[in-house]
Amino acid sequence: MTVLVSALLAGANTLPAQETNEVEQLKRQLQQMQENFDRAQREQKAQLDALTQKLEAFTKAQVADEEKQKLEAQLAAEMASGQSNAPAAPEKKPWSPADTLTIARAGSAYMNMSFDAMMVAGGSTVSDPSAQLQLGDHDPIKNGFSLRNAEIALDGAVDPYFKGFANIVLKLDKNNQTEIELEEAYAQSTSLPANLQAKAGQFFAAFGRSNAQHPHQWAFVDAPIIMTRAFGPDGLRNIGAQGSWLLPLPFFTELTLGIFDGEGSTTFGFRNPGDADAFGVDRFHGRATLNRGLRGPQDLVYVPRIASSFDLTDQQTVVLGASAAFGPNDTGADARTQIYGVDLYWKWKASDAHEGFPFVSWQTEALYEIFDAGADPTASLPAENLRDWGCYSQVLWGFKPRWVAGLRGEYASSNAGAFDANDVFRGERERVSPALTFYPSEFSKIRLQYNYDHGEMFGNAHSVWLQLEFLLGAHGAHKF
Amino acid sequence: MKKLLIGIFGATLAFGAQAKLNVVATTPDLGAIAREIGGDAITLTTLAKPTEDPHFVDAKPSFILKLNRADVVIEGGAELEIGWLPALLDQSRNEKLAAGAPGHVNCAKGVPLMDVPATLDRSRGDIHAAGNPHYVIAPSNAKIVAQNIASALAQVDAKNAETYRANLQKFTAVLEAKMAEWQKTLAPFKGASIVAYHDSWPYFARDFGLKIELYLEPKPGIPPTPSHLAEVIMKMKEENAHVIIVDPYLNRRTAETVARDTGAAVVDVTQFPGGLKGTEGGYVQLEDYLVNSLARALAEKK
Repeated sequence: MTVLVSALLAGANTLPAQETNEVEQLKRQLQQMQENFDRAQREQKAQLDALTQKLEAFTKAQVADEEKQKLEAQLAAEMASGQSNAPAAPEKKPWSPADTLTIARAGSAYMNMSFDAMMVAGGSTVSDPSAQLQLGDHDPIKNGFSLRNAEIALDGAVDPYFKGFANIVLKLDKNNQTEIELEEAYAQSTSLPANLQAKAGQFFAAFGRSNAQHPHQWAFVDAPIIMTRAFGPDGLRNIGAQGSWLLPLPFFTELTLGIFDGEGSTTFGFRNPGDADAFGVDRFHGRATLNRGLRGPQDLVYVPRIASSFDLTDQQTVVLGASAAFGPNDTGADARTQIYGVDLYWKWKASDAHEGFPFVSWQTEALYEIFDAGADPTASLPAENLRDWGCYSQVLWGFKPRWVAGLRGEYASSNAGAFDANDVFRGERERVSPALTFYPSEFSKIRLQYNYDHGEMFGNAHSVWLQLEFLLGAHGAHKF
Repeated sequence: MKKLLIGIFGATLAFGAQAKLNVVATTPDLGAIAREIGGDAITLTTLAKPTEDPHFVDAKPSFILKLNRADVVIEGGAELEIGWLPALLDQSRNEKLAAGAPGHVNCAKGVPLMDVPATLDRSRGDIHAAGNPHYVIAPSNAKIVAQNIASALAQVDAKNAETYRANLQKFTAVLEAKMAEWQKTLAPFKGASIVAYHDSWPYFARDFGLKIELYLEPKPGIPPTPSHLAEVIMKMKEENAHVIIVDPYLNRRTAETVARDTGAAVVDVTQFPGGLKGTEGGYVQLEDYLVNSLARALAEKK
């Protein structure tokens, strides 16, 4: 009985105990499910949030991109109506102070050092442009590519008394072999009294405007015809000395006198032996030349010049000049040459010019040469007076920043000479050259030029030249 | 002809009789400060026009003459005038103005120049090896410039040294008093972002707690491009920039284009007394003009 009761009791006891267990278990299960559900929901929400965020960012970027593109197009259109809009490459690498110094320059290297290269591609209706059309030494010499001026320019203060200048020019000949010349190397005084200044060495004579300018200052691809006629392919440049005086006047007036050795092809119409013919005889204007040497001061070349300048208004400046060159020539024992020139330069620049634009400039030079040619009986050439004259006139219009349109007209002619049929430096010639120059920066330029040529010797010729120039380093400032 | 000759002769004589110190300043801001220091003791000639880009002044022969006859030349230095002044000085035949001579005043002396590049690389635009040369517009630098000018004038023209010293003290005192006023006027806009065409305002920004770091030019000397301007506009929105400043010689139309697209105001500014109407009175008036017109524009657009 006791057993039964106790069993019953136990049974009764066990039953409620079992029931409690199950409830507990169910409760736990429910709780767990709820937790799972919550977690899943949280996770899902997180996922959803992340996705939404991503989507938002993406849309935003897209909108920004679209907005930027739209802006860009709109700005391009707006700017096209008003100003240049050449795209510049975006700057990739940010500036870092850890970068090393790469270029030496004035102030840190005692001098300005620069390298300037100019190359030309193009062509002409004549097969050999250098034969009659392009007589300048820095002109394009052949159809296709040519590189006729790569110069190393150095300048700086030598000491408290002198400044030093050097121009070393490298160029490629017709076979693309490198030629080198010491174009200029001279010292210039800085401390003479009485408004005087002197220079000595090899340098361009102060005759007119364009003669003393280096090719990278030129507004056209080639040298004016009359300049190459009077002064030859290289311009009037020789070893010598020059003094100049700034006159005590209320306006700028400078008197210059250059005295040059006068021997060689860089003093073209003077003691220049000329080029060798098939038999090795040096000839100039057809005559066999004498090597007459220097007998005294009368055999040097003298180049006087006077130049004045006026500011017509705040925006307009004019420079007027007259120059001459006198000396002996090698075609006769007492043969002499005289060259006279006048030049004019006028420039207008807006008073609120941006980077020097807009501007208009006008430059004109006219030259007259009297060359006493000696007789050469073996070549059946008489003694005669060869007279050559000509002029060029050029207008430049810097119509908006970095763009310059130019137009040059030229004329050259001569009296009749016995050797004219074979002399490329004589006879009548005309040339008209429109040009358009784009300056991506101060240190580079791209120029497109067309030449219409007409000459007694070759009839009509048409040429198109595309020029590229770049300048590295620090280059000294130019004169006006 | 006779009249002309007499005129020339007379002018030459008049020049000979002149006793005042003959001072040439390259730019009108330096000229204005030289006038404060030199007062009546100097005759002053300024080469560049106030509306002109100081980097691109023509080396006119008339300037050679002016430099030839000068006792003192005052330049900004730091390559500001590198494209034209060296050619003029070469031809001036004036030993008094030789580099290092007391008559050649480089105002950048003692000025802490900003943005000095450690590497010279022109693919980054037309950079200045010596640092940003547009420093005179900051009053703190104008004080240094005034000192440089005063000590040079005193050295070259010892008999008027006292005048120059007194004028320096006066000018410095005015600048200091004004500086407090200017800073107060611009104080509410501390940190405000302003857009400039060319990077010529870092010193001004520094003196007045402004942020002028957005430029319409993609790189110094390289004209604005649509893609760059689009970036600038985005950044303007980001930085809440509402004022674009433009110098007289820069392209206002570009600034107007950007202003149209952002609702910003274009404010004409100049670094040179006389560059805008109402700035002819000298350095202090110029600074007054700048501070007030900027404060006005910033307040309106806030």
